[in-house]
Amino acid sequence: MFSLDLLFEALLFGVLLGCFYAAVSIGLSVSFGLLDVPHVAHPAIMVLGSYGTWIIAGKLGWDPLLAGAVLMIPFFLLGVAIYRFYYEVFEKRGTDAGVRGLAFFFGLAFIIEVGLILAFGVDQRSVEAAYIGKSFQVGEYRIPMRMVVAFAVALILTFSLSFYLSKTFTGRAIKAVAQDEPALRLMGANPVRIKQWAFGIATGVSALAGAMLIIISPVEPAIDRLYIGRTFCVVVLAGLGSMTGTLAAGLILGIVESIVLMLFGASWAPAVAFSLLLIVLGIRPQGLFGR
Amino acid sequence: MKIRALLAAALAAISFSVAFPASAQQPIKIGMSMPQTGALAGGGQAALVALRMWVEDINAKGGLLGRKVEFIAYDDQTNPANVPGIYTKLLEVDKVDLLIAPYGTVPTAAIMPMVKQRGLLLMGNFSFQVNRTVQHDMWFNNAPWNNAASWFDGYIATGKKLGATTIAFLAADQEFAQNLANGARELAKQAGLKTVYDQNYPPTTTDFSSLIRAIRQANADLVFVASYPNDSVAIIRSVNEIGVGSNVKLFGGGMVGLQFTPNMVNLGSLLNGVINYNTYVPGMNYPGIEDYFARYAKKAAEAKVDPLGYYITPYNYAIGQMLEQAINATKSLDHKRLADYLRKNEMKTIVGPIRYGPDGEWANPRVVQAQFRGVADKDTEQWKKPGRQVVISPDSVKTGEIVAPFEKARK
Repeated sequence: MFSLDLLFEALLFGVLLGCFYAAVSIGLSVSFGLLDVPHVAHPAIMVLGSYGTWIIAGKLGWDPLLAGAVLMIPFFLLGVAIYRFYYEVFEKRGTDAGVRGLAFFFGLAFIIEVGLILAFGVDQRSVEAAYIGKSFQVGEYRIPMRMVVAFAVALILTFSLSFYLSKTFTGRAIKAVAQDEPALRLMGANPVRIKQWAFGIATGVSALAGAMLIIISPVEPAIDRLYIGRTFCVVVLAGLGSMTGTLAAGLILGIVESIVLMLFGASWAPAVAFSLLLIVLGIRPQGLFGR
Repeated sequence: MKIRALLAAALAAISFSVAFPASAQQPIKIGMSMPQTGALAGGGQAALVALRMWVEDINAKGGLLGRKVEFIAYDDQTNPANVPGIYTKLLEVDKVDLLIAPYGTVPTAAIMPMVKQRGLLLMGNFSFQVNRTVQHDMWFNNAPWNNAASWFDGYIATGKKLGATTIAFLAADQEFAQNLANGARELAKQAGLKTVYDQNYPPTTTDFSSLIRAIRQANADLVFVASYPNDSVAIIRSVNEIGVGSNVKLFGGGMVGLQFTPNMVNLGSLLNGVINYNTYVPGMNYPGIEDYFARYAKKAAEAKVDPLGYYITPYNYAIGQMLEQAINATKSLDHKRLADYLRKNEMKTIVGPIRYGPDGEWANPRVVQAQFRGVADKDTEQWKKPGRQVVISPDSVKTGEIVAPFEKARK
């Protein structure tokens, strides 16, 4: 059953999948990696973005990626609001409030999930687009077009965010607040407003990630649980705060998952992310490119 | 004086009603949970329409044993974790007289131990071999199959006629698919087929690209899939994206969900070439079935569910008919007496005569394997005529020959 052809296809698919995982995790890289916010509700917000995409694409007939891009603005504002609440209630009161903050985000994730079930039911939802259902023929191999689209968007997203964080003033301020908050205060910048802005960006990016999620495969409210492990694995493997590291880590996860699926079967695929996470935390907790 | 008289009259009225309770007018309660959302919702919602139709019909005839029938159904969301709680509520709070199982193996498996322990009659609803290990003697399934052979024999025989020697299995990791696939694996071995690929996948899998790719690489003659509706649709889409290779002669076999009209209409031409099990296709003759489907179509349009209802709905109507016959014959609601009657007698139903074997499954199965051909996109009307699903097996109801290989039949 094992053959070089199959291995090559698994690698190819792993690269496409890995870029998708990176795009899905990049928001968490900002919120958890840079801002140290234990944002377990990140996948749930992404699923919220998927449903938003489904509604807009369904009602207005728009392309799902366009719908996702438009959703980035309201999601940015949502992110600002969530961070403000988290800061006022938990972060302001010291580091021991961090665990309670974790509980807050778990609660938020459950509320989003149950809210989606009440509003839309448990049935799977999907979108239609010209590139969903077709594939590219490259020699012997057929590559689903939807994977290539997600791959392309993921690359654009990663490099845009990386550029923003290193070349723009606010972006550098975000990185600064992650490194040394008191110093930033001394510089005259308001760290809370910077962090709010960063969290807003992270949440806005999740909306686009949600659009990619519903393009890749149908979504249902509970699908966020499958992505908690994957997103945290990618962010921790990358090293907290590294955007290009997130891309590399996503690729590693995608390729390992694809190969495990090929060699050991589909039942093991969900375990790959958590296993990788455990290994990384044990051997190199600062991740591959960490600060 | 007046107040005393009024009080006396009130007391008399109360004691009168207490002394003569209106139990003779208490309705007979039949309860179940039905997947109205989730993976099996497509079939579940349609089946509910059929059951409610039967309740209306029976009440129009005066009910059973002089009492009206009341039907209680909850939504289990196709989640087996919800089912035991729902049936406990039906028994303890709603105090139902009779139970019908939820549609599907996965939800039903959750309550088999409970009904066996409490000695309750359970009318099965399209589950597959769910009584195999529990061995409950008051279980009667409405589905026209018994063991894996009833599904798989036709598939294997067709494959062997085409000269197949190798087979690939793809099955979801849940009760239905594993029951079916385990039976099929045994039968494939007995038929002398070599298994070149065998994979179980988690029921939550949404992307099948890697699995379909691996199947293509395995180069099997036959591909047997046992899947639930969401996976079935995703697998068909993936096969169309990636392809299974030119060697495959038959693809399909045990895919639930490709019988639900909304899925058939949405997938359209993507279904062409797939061979799959079914219970009823247009052209099959049962007395009264045309009239039933005409009445069902009206109710389904009101309820906005599966407009054709071929696959599961007449068999749910048949559950009602079987209960009616058993209750009228035994003049009782006692579960043991009803079970005894169902075991020993032939039931006359909208889907023909039904006789049960010792395990509560049909003694004479009537599953067909049919190949989708000439299916057009987004057209509901085409499914009403015979010809879109060509019955390949069994010979007694065959309407055409198989077209193989699979890639050729898809065009």
